[in-house]
Amino acid sequence: MTDIAVNTKRAKKAQAGPYGKVGQALNGLDDRLGVAKGGRTFMDKIFPDHWSFMLGEIALYSFVVLLVTGIFLTLYYVPSSSIVTYHGPYLPLDGQKFSEAYASSINLSFSVRAGLLMRQMHHWACDIFVGSIVVHMCRVFFTGAFRKPRELNWSIGLTLLTLAIVNGFIGYSLPDDLVSGTGIRIAYSIILSIPVVGTHLAFWLFGGNFPGTVILGRFYAIHILILPLVILGLVGAHLGLLVRQKHTQFPGEGRTEKNVVGSPMFPIFMAKTTGFLFLVGGAIALLGAFAQINPIWQFGPYDNIAKISYAVQPDWYMGFLDGALRIFPAWSFHSFGYTIPIEVLFPAVILPGIVFTLGYLWPNLEARITKDDEIHNLLDRPRDRPHRTAAGAGILSLLFMLFIASSTDVIANYMHISLNEVLIAMRVLVLVSPFIGYAVAYYICKELQGVEKAGKRKTHNIVTRTATGEYVTVAAPMNVNDMHAELHAVPVPNYIEDDAVAASASSTAGVRTVDR
Amino acid sequence: MSEHEHREPVSFSRAKATDPHMQPAAKDPVGMERRIAILFILAFGLFAAFGACYWVNASAWTLGATMGGGLLLLGVGLVAWGKYLMPKGPFVEERHDMASSSEDRDAFAATIVERGGGIVKRRPVLGGLLGAGVGVFSLVAIFPLLRSLGPNPGNTLLVTDWKKKAHLVDSTGRRIHVDDLSIGSAVTVFPKGYENDDQAQSMDQTILIRIADHDITTQKGRETWGPQGYVAYSKLCTHLGCPVGLYERELKLLVCPCHQSMFDVTNGAIPNFGPAPRPLPQLPLYVDSEGYLRAQNGFDEPVGPGFWERK
Ligand code: HEM
Ligand code: FES
Repeated sequence: MTDIAVNTKRAKKAQAGPYGKVGQALNGLDDRLGVAKGGRTFMDKIFPDHWSFMLGEIALYSFVVLLVTGIFLTLYYVPSSSIVTYHGPYLPLDGQKFSEAYASSINLSFSVRAGLLMRQMHHWACDIFVGSIVVHMCRVFFTGAFRKPRELNWSIGLTLLTLAIVNGFIGYSLPDDLVSGTGIRIAYSIILSIPVVGTHLAFWLFGGNFPGTVILGRFYAIHILILPLVILGLVGAHLGLLVRQKHTQFPGEGRTEKNVVGSPMFPIFMAKTTGFLFLVGGAIALLGAFAQINPIWQFGPYDNIAKISYAVQPDWYMGFLDGALRIFPAWSFHSFGYTIPIEVLFPAVILPGIVFTLGYLWPNLEARITKDDEIHNLLDRPRDRPHRTAAGAGILSLLFMLFIASSTDVIANYMHISLNEVLIAMRVLVLVSPFIGYAVAYYICKELQGVEKAGKRKTHNIVTRTATGEYVTVAAPMNVNDMHAELHAVPVPNYIEDDAVAASASSTAGVRTVDR
Repeated sequence: MSEHEHREPVSFSRAKATDPHMQPAAKDPVGMERRIAILFILAFGLFAAFGACYWVNASAWTLGATMGGGLLLLGVGLVAWGKYLMPKGPFVEERHDMASSSEDRDAFAATIVERGGGIVKRRPVLGGLLGAGVGVFSLVAIFPLLRSLGPNPGNTLLVTDWKKKAHLVDSTGRRIHVDDLSIGSAVTVFPKGYENDDQAQSMDQTILIRIADHDITTQKGRETWGPQGYVAYSKLCTHLGCPVGLYERELKLLVCPCHQSMFDVTNGAIPNFGPAPRPLPQLPLYVDSEGYLRAQNGFDEPVGPGFWERK
């Protein structure tokens, strides 16, 4: 670095070097860790500007919200099933006896300052976390971003989805209200259904028969320590791989397999993404403020068995399992003195097992089928890979139909038809939906392939009537504002100042411009 | 705009303030700056309001509205700053192959295969013993760990606390008398002495229903199980163990709230709808000389959902 213009203020502090105190501190860091080169590269890392790259950020930032609100909740929540008598501002429960876990969750909702807000934000952040992971995965799947060299990051992402679902389920089991109790009971029975080892697994996890006294403590340890740590580690690995392998990008002017076009990390992406963190946090705060979620005081505590159970619905991401459990026929299998509860095992263990295994194997399966061992950095348009797009649509249709099946009773009530008819309809729909989803998506892809410039804005037509009464139609010229003019990408500048003296060849070394 | 379209990309060293790539995207940067400043000022205001709301212990929605509003404004302002006031680019970064040079690859592979493999091949016994040691340690470490997490199931899942002559009591421990229930009503009962323990929830809970005023037979072989119109069934759904708590008096059906299995209480609680694979086990009842309801015996099969060891 030579010939950097120094203004008079800096000249006064010449001994501090051209970059002042910050520069000194950075030099100190570099002396010890050698961060300058890598740090500079990192600050220049290019992030594509396409909106779909924001989906993963939503997931990341809702996880941040989960961590912050979760830490707040741990300060007040008590993971104990010992029975206490509640006295507090929520009068309908005053004087009743129930578990300390439930009592502390009620206290969080009514007595702790900002407690209700934090609980509701935590729950909303969870729903948004899982939801944004799913949508983010769809983006990665349909654009082929999982192809070589990014197969490992695809598996990490799928693992993150699994862990997020599990931790969400364990989280809403903690308040020990009627919904959690029912959920835990069902989870216990699902573990029981596993052949040969099921009862042992269940007894290990629960420290004995359901409900026992240890499950809340264990769930608590898993929920606030073990899984968050694993998730944090995997998120770190996920982002580490992203930086190492760099982003994919959609094809476009100046974009090749050999470059990335977009905004540099510092300061542009950093400003945008920090702003986005605030947006996600703000949106979750508003949801927590205005949209009630999981009103545990209305459900009541779990341990009151004599009371008739509330017709409970799990969180949305468990819906597909619940739906599968509802519509699967009652096929229990037993012989030789042993039972295989297929009516539980298939919908709750084998089916999700197949779906997730297929997910993990997909990058390899696809590479094998298409005999494609190339490195891919440019994304596909979904229509250009109709079979992949159709397969994804098929799986999503299946999962969506299973999700709908989790509200058979609601549908029957609402549409005034018998539960039995809904059940039969749902079974048919679930079975045919993957094929219909496949066919429809395939057909749409094929249609779109034939449409030149599909997805771009159309211009209107101008119809004129000639003097002889004839009508003539001509396409209007494009409106200037509709034209998509893109600048050519240039390498990231590292020094943005009017009076920066240019022409130092050394500082551009290693950075080339795009070939046209 | 379109005049830039086919401009040669400028090299970085000449990326001066006048370069179009370095221009902010905003048409009116000063106005944009002013707007962002207003957003930030409003955000400060909302955060101050949040502090005040917290101080006076205001309701959850005011806390969330002030905090969320402040964050949103801050976020919008910051995104706008990045999008409209910073160099609009686009910029480009070269991508380098992940793969190393073939010499490096070969050297690396040689290190692992020849050096590492060679050492193990030269000392196969040591390698084997080391493997065996680590293997044994893992097994030995895993088993006690798992083993101490919980007891063996044994016959816990096979039996309940319902024994011969057990009194039926409600959750407060009060014995149920034959005159207690009117026709069409139902109550959850437990074996006397066990109404409040853990097992009560997981295994023992039973639903007692009075269907008629005469003795009823629900199934062959159960001629004496329903004295004076009373029948009792395990309350654990045979599907996944939810308490089958909804009694449809008109239809004489027990409905599981979880997945809507329906059990016909007049016919041995055989499921006539839903995913439950088995009838609810029935508790044989009798009325003792003082008129209290008691169990002739325990359940004749395991209650609740299915599992491997269930016969
Ligand atoms: C991986 C991400 C996480 C997910 C998906 C998640 C999800 C959930 C959910 C859905 C609930 C139920 C909230 C309710 O409605 O009451 C919950 C409760 C809870 N979570 Fe999390 N959580 C996560 C991370 C954390 C972390 C990192 C902590 C603490 C360090 C934490 C602490 C708690 C506590 C203490 C409760 C019980 C609150 C109550 O009962 O009121 N969570 N969690
Ligand atoms: S638990 Fe009763 S129907 Fe599923």
